[in-house]
Amino acid sequence: MAALAAALAAGCAGRHEAPAGPDASSRPAAASIQDTGSDTLVNLALAWAERYMEENPQVRISVTGGGSGTGIASLINGTVQIANASREMSSEEIAEAKKNGITPVRFTVALDAIAVVANRQNPVSGLTLQQLSDLYTGRMTRWSEVGPGTGPVVLLSRESNSGTYVYFLEQVVRLGNAESRLLFSPETLLMPSSQGISSEVLQNPNAIGYDGLGYVTPDQKVIAVARSSAGPYVAPSARSVLDGSYPIARPLFMYTAGEPSGAVKKYLQWVTGEGQSLVRDIGFVPLAGAGEAGR
Amino acid sequence: MKDAPLVNGRNRRSRSSELALETSIRVLGFSTIAFVGLIFLFLLREGVPVFFEVPPGSLFSSRWYPTFGIFGTLPLIAGSLLVTVLSIAIALPLGVATAVFVREVAPRWAREVLKPIIEVLAGIPSVVLGFFGMTVVAPLVRDLLGAPTGLTAFSGAFILAYMALPTIISVAEDALDSVPRGYRDAGLAMGATRWQTIWRVVVPAARSGILTAVMLGMGRAIGETMAVMMVTGNAAVLPTSLQAIFRPVRTMTATIAAEMGEVARGSTHYHALFGIGIILFVVTFLINLTAASAIFRVRRKGGLR
Repeated sequence: MAALAAALAAGCAGRHEAPAGPDASSRPAAASIQDTGSDTLVNLALAWAERYMEENPQVRISVTGGGSGTGIASLINGTVQIANASREMSSEEIAEAKKNGITPVRFTVALDAIAVVANRQNPVSGLTLQQLSDLYTGRMTRWSEVGPGTGPVVLLSRESNSGTYVYFLEQVVRLGNAESRLLFSPETLLMPSSQGISSEVLQNPNAIGYDGLGYVTPDQKVIAVARSSAGPYVAPSARSVLDGSYPIARPLFMYTAGEPSGAVKKYLQWVTGEGQSLVRDIGFVPLAGAGEAGR
Repeated sequence: MKDAPLVNGRNRRSRSSELALETSIRVLGFSTIAFVGLIFLFLLREGVPVFFEVPPGSLFSSRWYPTFGIFGTLPLIAGSLLVTVLSIAIALPLGVATAVFVREVAPRWAREVLKPIIEVLAGIPSVVLGFFGMTVVAPLVRDLLGAPTGLTAFSGAFILAYMALPTIISVAEDALDSVPRGYRDAGLAMGATRWQTIWRVVVPAARSGILTAVMLGMGRAIGETMAVMMVTGNAAVLPTSLQAIFRPVRTMTATIAAEMGEVARGSTHYHALFGIGIILFVVTFLINLTAASAIFRVRRKGGLR
């Protein structure tokens, strides 16, 4: 994964270096931004960088993956201007950065929420995380065990190579417990695409699936999710994701070393503004406002 | 006598050009074999490590969770075989019956219309058939058979049968075509009805060609990826009972296609996918070998084709 990201970044950088070469000699003011970190964010960060460099050829942005930890470590060492992270910096990391004279500043750049979807005929409207885990491990196999429905449960999942699969496994199937060895039930249907999930959910009243909120179409029923049976059952939306009440979601961050200025500042303004139009295409949720408007 | 050197010269020239032609054809022929050999070597190089990295006991166990280092290929092999055998079970009677109709029963004009249509059938892209399977066949299978989901081995086999049909029909029809007219005349002259002649004389005489048709159809079915990935549900469950026909399965081809894109080069998972490729190659090779040996046997017995 990291190797792939690096290769992508290298390919991207290479592509943009060619036309920038002669430019650089005549206009030497080219700003260069190093952007490293989360593999979850790497595709989005690449898309942003490519589009931004098209519009601003004097800026060169190189994006690499490696994981949130790698990105944050590079930021602390002062080797990159932007660190991508799919989690918040820990207090230890912030302390370490401060020791190096760096005050990390956090920018929320996109939201990564996973919606649980079912057929519109399905009477179930809310599930707890525990129930989702029981369903997806195959401990419960009939809809009557979790609510008003009937019939067998048909589990749908993305293919095991998708980041969504891993996130759903860790946060829902294993309930965020790092010690847990639980796995998806072998009966789970692995769909090669979001299209596969939505088409089966549309046709099959028994089906339950999950996917990035950006991929959910209005003809599917979105299941509200609760942390415990006491509730509240929350439907995913840009607001419930942003305020943290929807449990299967996380904001995605870019950290800068200190309050950004110059090219980095302009870039981050573009990312959180105009750049949000690219977010949905990559499968994430754009920041509040852009989120619920849809396409 | 005067002409002799001239004739010789022409002979020599034609002989040398013939030699060049023969050599180039031979080179082309052998290069095909070389390509197959090289592909197999490549498969071996990338896939063999998995047989050392994963103990054989767990390599042929019944759980496939590649992300967590569990590489049981048994459900995948069984899934591929189940879908292929089912599809041939559907396609064989239909295909042979169609071939018999087109070649033996249909009037000339119907034959002229049917043959090109069957050939068009062969040209439909598999992704289109897969989409058809996903949106039309799967809901039908679920509603009519009461299965929890329509994405089943049966739906996959149905689509595959559809894809194998054109191959089976055209090859079987060729086989029927090569049965000498005398066989039919003899059958009818013996007082057999048209049906008896077809069923007892013509079809048995063409059986080696029909067998080839089935094997070619099977080769197409076991190697098909896209349509299968779209309609079989891709759940790596070991089919253990007859009910499994109406449950999701995961085939070897779909596994390779779905997972190869993201796998880290050189990892155990990567080697495992190539290992599946080796298994697939060997299975296909065995099918073709069986077909070839069957054909040779019939030929030696004096059958046709």
